[in-house]
Parts: sequence; structure tokens; C-alpha cells
Amino acid sequence: MKLHEYQSKKIFDRFDVPIPKGRVTNFASEAKQIAEELGGRVVIKSQVLVGGRGKAGGIKLARDPKQAKELATEILGMEIKGLPVRKILVDEIVDIDQEIYLGITNDRTCRQPVVIASSSGGIDIEEVAQISPEKIFKLSIDPLLGLQDFQIRDIALGIDLKHEYWKQFIKILHGLYRAYLDMDATLAEINPLVITKDKRLIALDAKMIIDDNALFRHPELMELRDLDVEVPAEIEAQKYGLSYIKLDGDIGCMVNGAGLAMATMDIISQFGGKPSNFLDIGGGAGATKVAAALRIILSDPNVKVILINIFGGITRCDEVAKGLLSALTDVKTKVPVVVRLVGTNAEEGRELLANENVQTANTLVEAANISVRLSTGGKS
Amino acid sequence: MSILVNKNSRILVQGITGNEGNFHAWQMYEYGNNVVAGVTPGKGGEWVFEGKVPVFDSVKVAKEATGANVSVIFVPAHFAGDAMLEAADAGIELIVCITEGIPVRDMMLVRKYLDQKGSKLIGPNCPGLITPSEAKVGIIPGNITMPGNIGVISRSGTLTYEVLYAMKLLGIGTSTCVGIGGDPISGLSYIDLLEMFELDPLTDQIVLIGEIGGTDEQRAADYISRYMTKPVVAFIAGQSAPPGKRMGHAGAIIESGSGTAEEKIKALQEVGVQIARHPEDIAILLNR
Repeated sequence: MKLHEYQSKKIFDRFDVPIPKGRVTNFASEAKQIAEELGGRVVIKSQVLVGGRGKAGGIKLARDPKQAKELATEILGMEIKGLPVRKILVDEIVDIDQEIYLGITNDRTCRQPVVIASSSGGIDIEEVAQISPEKIFKLSIDPLLGLQDFQIRDIALGIDLKHEYWKQFIKILHGLYRAYLDMDATLAEINPLVITKDKRLIALDAKMIIDDNALFRHPELMELRDLDVEVPAEIEAQKYGLSYIKLDGDIGCMVNGAGLAMATMDIISQFGGKPSNFLDIGGGAGATKVAAALRIILSDPNVKVILINIFGGITRCDEVAKGLLSALTDVKTKVPVVVRLVGTNAEEGRELLANENVQTANTLVEAANISVRLSTGGKS
Repeated sequence: MSILVNKNSRILVQGITGNEGNFHAWQMYEYGNNVVAGVTPGKGGEWVFEGKVPVFDSVKVAKEATGANVSVIFVPAHFAGDAMLEAADAGIELIVCITEGIPVRDMMLVRKYLDQKGSKLIGPNCPGLITPSEAKVGIIPGNITMPGNIGVISRSGTLTYEVLYAMKLLGIGTSTCVGIGGDPISGLSYIDLLEMFELDPLTDQIVLIGEIGGTDEQRAADYISRYMTKPVVAFIAGQSAPPGKRMGHAGAIIESGSGTAEEKIKALQEVGVQIARHPEDIAILLNR
């Protein structure tokens, strides 16, 4: 789950990472008031969960409260990469001397957190990594030992940070690491961390991504969810314990297991078809779950055929078939359905399903072939 | 012969009184008859499976009483990290964690501690492993595979079943099949298992089932080119997956262009690994 800049900044503030003075608002009039409180000069920053806000015109400087209101009105009316701007952050303007990059993320290869720092802050860090990798400093943290002062000094040396800033830097990185741990972040990033003309270090921007698996430890974050970036059908699917991702093809897929679901999409593509979605119904293909999955798949008007691939294993296929039948009666669709069942009592399962709207297949290859033919209008 | 588990394995089930744990522990018990103990804190002293298997309060006590050397974990994600640490602390040699949805932060700590203790971990978010006709540890259905000379390593669950079943239909069995799980941080890797299969006299060929996300398959390819003499056949799921979307498994995501099926397939092909076009194709590519 991605957090907005203003949400991340609030968290940073709690962990003693200095942030600019400022406030978030939905109203242009309030932007004027905030600007007045902050002494007039402010930056108006759109709060949308996409990169490149600045380039898209979603970040603007205002010289006085009146202009702050005008720019706020303009930005609040914008759409950036398809997302409406509903909130703006109004921050004080600081005079910048230098920009640094500082981030902590999970290193999959080393299986531990890694601090990434660079003296070239303010721009896309992946770009820096490509163009001048020597400017990137990385430090792996032993999760049992935690982050130590000497390691932070190593980082400061690595990015040529002047001695006079070390004390502030050590405090900030400790704060960032605690925020990363405490919030179960998979990314906690300050880009840029600026050194101001009056020699203060401040997190001018903030980005956090929270581990979805850890959301149970952070119920307060559920309220911070930005539903604009989520597809309604995907949210609906979560309610039923389904994992659904909308794609742009016309063959609906319902599969148990994520790997098998991907393999099913792949084989459809290989045979010249286009999957309309990824859907993992997880364990237990009961009637309620199957019906919910069918409804979600059919909410996409492009779907011309549905392929259901269930590898039962221990699960009895006649039970799965009964569940499917009851779901099909419940949902009532004219879209043809191709079912492939494997597992205990698969024969009985297939017999139960034989009716005008359902075709059964023995193998995945056969099921994919039939589905592709049906989706392209051919008879099977 | 086989790797990791066999008929002498003494299996302990953490979470044996829960719905999931109880169901699968029974399947395991029926299959190989080597489930020796269960652990559920607060239920020590009870018995399951008609009084055949004792339940203990802790892994340490269970191990002392029964000599268990393999633990399989079915406890919910909130408690799974603790359960793995407990098993390692008690000196269990092989820990198999079926639970899915464990936070990455917990897994970083667990993996570090297990490495220090010398316990091997399989999973989490995995179907476990099976040495046909000898031991089944986890949830892989016993009836979809049979003894044979193919070693199988997979990041997936039901996709692995699909492959095992297709092999069985052609009369091909497995030495051991290991589901290593679909999380970004987990225990034994492709490389660890490739090494074990290379050394196992009864494994002649290896099937590697991968998916999008991370670079484990690329590193496996590098290892294969350096150290493997036995042929490897691979399948990579997610060729049609879009970037930036997590495809069910926490680890199955293409991030900033890396971790695509295409680059994994290329890396494997370059070192002479045969690539199956679809799961059923794997069985056909194996030499008999």
C-alpha cells in the first residue's frame, strides 16, 4: 500500500525526521489561510499516488497567499495521469543549498534492509543508478543488530557529507529506520533530503510503501487508503478473499492458485487469446466464492468466455462441480463457460456440469483451446 | 533415496488442532504414518487422531518426548514468525512453513535467526514437500505423484500439482518435490535444492518451476551453468503478467522492469535449460 506524501510526512514527524511546516487541505481557500500562517511564500503540492507530479504541473510555488489560492484552485481541478487531485499539501518554502537522496528498502537478495544514499538527490534515483552508479552508496543492515551509528557515519562519508551535518544526519537516519520498521514499510524514502541555506537538514518530500501482509498490525492505515488508485472490482474481490487483477483481454479466468492462474493466462496468450483478468480463488471453491468470482469477472463487459481451471487435488471435484452449478444458477449468464477440473471424482464432476452453457475439458491445453476458439467467434 | 525427507523423518505439526492444520496433518498421517507429535500452546496433554498422536505445549517438549526432527507449520500469519523461531530454538533441523501472508519484516528476522541456528527452512507461503511413498510434509496431494527419478523445485502451489499430475499421467515419478514458496523472503532457494538434487544418486533430472518477480531464477541459471551435470527442464509462469501488479503471491511482481518472465527464460535458455511452453509440456520434455 502506497502512502501519500502528506501521510508519510506525518509519520516521519512522529519519528523525529524534520519536515517543512505545512498542512494538507481539500480547499483552495484554506490554502490561502495556510500560506498566511506560513508567512506568504509556499509550495502547493498535489497529493496523488503517481510519480512525475512536478513535470505534470502538479507542484507550484506561490509568492503570496493570494497566488496560493489561485494555484491551489488550479491544481485541485487537475487530473494527473488519470488520477483526480483531491488534496493538496501546502508547505513552507525553504532555501536549498544541497539535495541528498536517502531511502531504506527491503533487499530481496540479501534478505535484509538496505539503506541507499546519494549526494545526487531530488531526481529519480533509478536514473542516478543507471547514469552514475558511483554516486549511489548502499549499506545492508543486519535485522538482528539494527542500524548502528558507525554505519551511518560510513554512509555520511560515502556521500561526502560535511562534518557539520553529521549529527543531524545520524538522528534523521535513525528516525527513518525506526519509521521503516515500526510501520512495516517496504520503502521509506526522502527525496530530496535538503540542506538549507541556514544549515538545517529537512525532508522536503516523503514516500512510504507499506507491506500489504503487515496491514493487520496497522488498522489505522486502512482509513488512509486512496481508493482512486484501486480498481473497484479489485476492492470487491478482496472482500471475498479473492485475488483479482483486471487486464484488457476478453477471456475471463478463474483459477485456484496464483502460479496456476498465471500459467493459465500464459497458455491462453500462447494460443492467440487474451485473458481479461488474473483471478485466484484461493483454497476451497465453495458456491459463494465461485459466484462472487463469476460476478466480478462478468462486471467487465469485454468478457466473451470464462475459463474455470480448478486443480482439486484432495478436494472432491463433484463438490466443486455442485458449487459451480449453484453459482451459475445464481449468477445467470449467457457467456459460455469452459470448465477444467482435476482431482478426486473428476469424472462425476464433469458429468454434473454437462449442460448447454458449460463445456468441460480434460486438460489445460484443451480448455485453453476451446476458450480461445469461443472468444474469437469460432464454433467448437 | 531422496532429499530432505524420507520414511525415517519424524514429523511434528505446529498448529495441529486448528482446522487447516488438523485436516492436513491427518492427510500426512495417513500417507506416511510418520507424524509423531503436534504442538498447540495451551492444548498440551490432548491427543489427536484417535489417541495416536500427542499434542504438546511447546516444540521443545515435543521434540524431547518424540524425537521429532521436522516441523511443519500451519499457524496463522500473526503467529507464524514466532512458531518458526520456536522450532529453530528447539533445534528442529527442517522447518516447513505453509502459512501465507507473513510480513516481510518478520521473515527477515526469522531467516537471520534460523541461519544462525543452522535450521533449514522451506517456505513460507508454500505447499511443502513430498518424497513419494515415504513422507509428505505439507499439503501436496499424495495421489498426484509417484516414486521416480525427477527432482522438482517450485515457487508455486497448484501449478506444481498440475506438473506432477501431468508427469504421472505419462508414468514419470519424482524423487522429491519441494515447493519453496512465493514470498520475497524465504528459506531454501533454487540453488540450495539444485545442489542437493545434484548430489542425490536417485535423482536423474530436475524440473524447475518459476514465476515473475525477483532474480532467483537468474541466479539458478548461473548456478546451473557452473555446477550442474544433470539436465534441467524449466517453466516460468507470468509471461502475460503486467508490470507493477502483484499476481497473488507477495513475491510475484514485476518491479521497475525487472523480474520479467522473459529475462528469466532467456537466462535459463542461455545455460542450456529446456523451457516448457506450458505445464503439460514439462512432462513431454523430460527424457525417459
